[in-house]
Amino acid sequence: MQYMLLIYGAEGADPQPGTEEFGAYMQDYMAFTTRMREEGKFVAGDALESVSTATTVSLQSGKVETVDGPFAETKEQLGGYYLLECADLDEALKCAADIPTAKYGRVEVRPIMVFD
Amino acid sequence: MLPQSDISGQITRLIREDWGRLLAVLVSFGGDFALAEDSLQDAMVSALEHWPKRGVPRDPDAWLITTARRKAVDRLRRARTAEDKADELTLWHWQHAPQEGDGRTLPDHRLELIFTCCHPALEEKSRVALTLRALGGLTTQEIASAFLDKPEAMAARLTRAKKKMQAAGIRFRLPDPEDLPERIEGVLQVIYLIFNEGYRSSSGALSRGDLAGEAIRLGRILMSCLPEHPEIKGLLALMLLGESRRLARSDGAGGYVPLETQNRARWDRGMIREGLDLVETALRQGWAHPYTLQAAISALHAQAQDFASTDWAQIVALYSVLIHRQPNPVLWVNHAVAQSYATSPDQALRELEASGAAQHLAGYQPYHSCRADLLARIGQGDAALAAYDQAIALAQAPEERSFLISRRNRLATRAPSG
Repeated sequence: MQYMLLIYGAEGADPQPGTEEFGAYMQDYMAFTTRMREEGKFVAGDALESVSTATTVSLQSGKVETVDGPFAETKEQLGGYYLLECADLDEALKCAADIPTAKYGRVEVRPIMVFD
Repeated sequence: MLPQSDISGQITRLIREDWGRLLAVLVSFGGDFALAEDSLQDAMVSALEHWPKRGVPRDPDAWLITTARRKAVDRLRRARTAEDKADELTLWHWQHAPQEGDGRTLPDHRLELIFTCCHPALEEKSRVALTLRALGGLTTQEIASAFLDKPEAMAARLTRAKKKMQAAGIRFRLPDPEDLPERIEGVLQVIYLIFNEGYRSSSGALSRGDLAGEAIRLGRILMSCLPEHPEIKGLLALMLLGESRRLARSDGAGGYVPLETQNRARWDRGMIREGLDLVETALRQGWAHPYTLQAAISALHAQAQDFASTDWAQIVALYSVLIHRQPNPVLWVNHAVAQSYATSPDQALRELEASGAAQHLAGYQPYHSCRADLLARIGQGDAALAAYDQAIALAQAPEERSFLISRRNRLATRAPSG
């Protein structure tokens, strides 16, 4: 099964560039991604630019409405994701707990819907 | 010959006793929890129709499994669309997959079933409901009434939980070895929740009282599957010792009788013996889990001839260990009660106040009734009355309330303020 691991956190709650902890934090991410690839779980994964760069679009009675900002104004925002191939939910939850940001924010695990 | 309704009742009981085992076998075929449950339900309806006429088959479990498999195939065929190739394999599985075991005894997959129902990714209340439904064989209606819920709401909850199991990929399997202790903890929590739900209703609807018995049954199943885990024995002992006092806790008129004035001849000796054995074995197996420590405390009460000759010093010591393990302010109240008999109410009150538990317990009824009792015993009548008033205001169960009011009134007449 494929699982989407959505990484949420308050911006600035995790180690920031220029701090002492940042280097180790990035290395943890690299190690995690490498391990996911080696274990054959990695499908995709990226970090997102900050929510200040977000634009939200909807179609209101045929008219495109564009709003500056994220879908919801909450303290914790989506900051990145992994798409992983896992045997079951238990395996996906373990991977989620190993994502370095899990220490500073939260990771939501959602199965990918299969149309058959 | 027995009247028809008696036969149905017997069949229902027979199937309910084996429900968890049967369901576990069926889930193990295809991993589809909802389909397994529906098919077993179908097979049960079939049994109720055929057995009274033709007699109970020689091997009822095998009959039920075979029938349930056939019913599952029917259900899959009905649901199948022409281009649906994926279901071909599932269909084959239900039709032809060989059954494990020698055919005489069913393989035991109940442990997988327990862990699936108690999966931490499910909502707590759903875990409780699923466990009662799947392992205990309780109907949705019974579970709803036990938790004072509407049957439709409970049915919707169970459906939602089964959908999540299927869609989120909660597999029917044992946890990885490294996760086992944590997952057992989760299962024990579910069982203890069920027990407490039944324990708290000393009077009232009978079906709620049955929950305690149901929890004990689940504890036994878990223990038989995982005999080398002492914390399971600890919890089972704790539940048995608590349940042994059920009759003595009620005065017959719906009133609550505290430990101090219980008629100990009404305690269930069989449950006590079993509980004591389990505590001892659990303690010998190593590290004492909080459940085991609580059971050990309950065991000391069970062994005392009367309230006065209870080994209070030992109970104080056990509460101290418990508080050290899990700093729960509620434990300080129990500690204070024991301390008041082991040393003095004065000492107990001073320790309770120094513990810093007060700030967390303002809304906890036993904290105020404990303080009231201690204050009364050291002659501070006015302060005791005020503490009783706070306790009475917080009491929820009517029997609790009337018990506290009678205590307060007795104090008010005995020790007029001033």
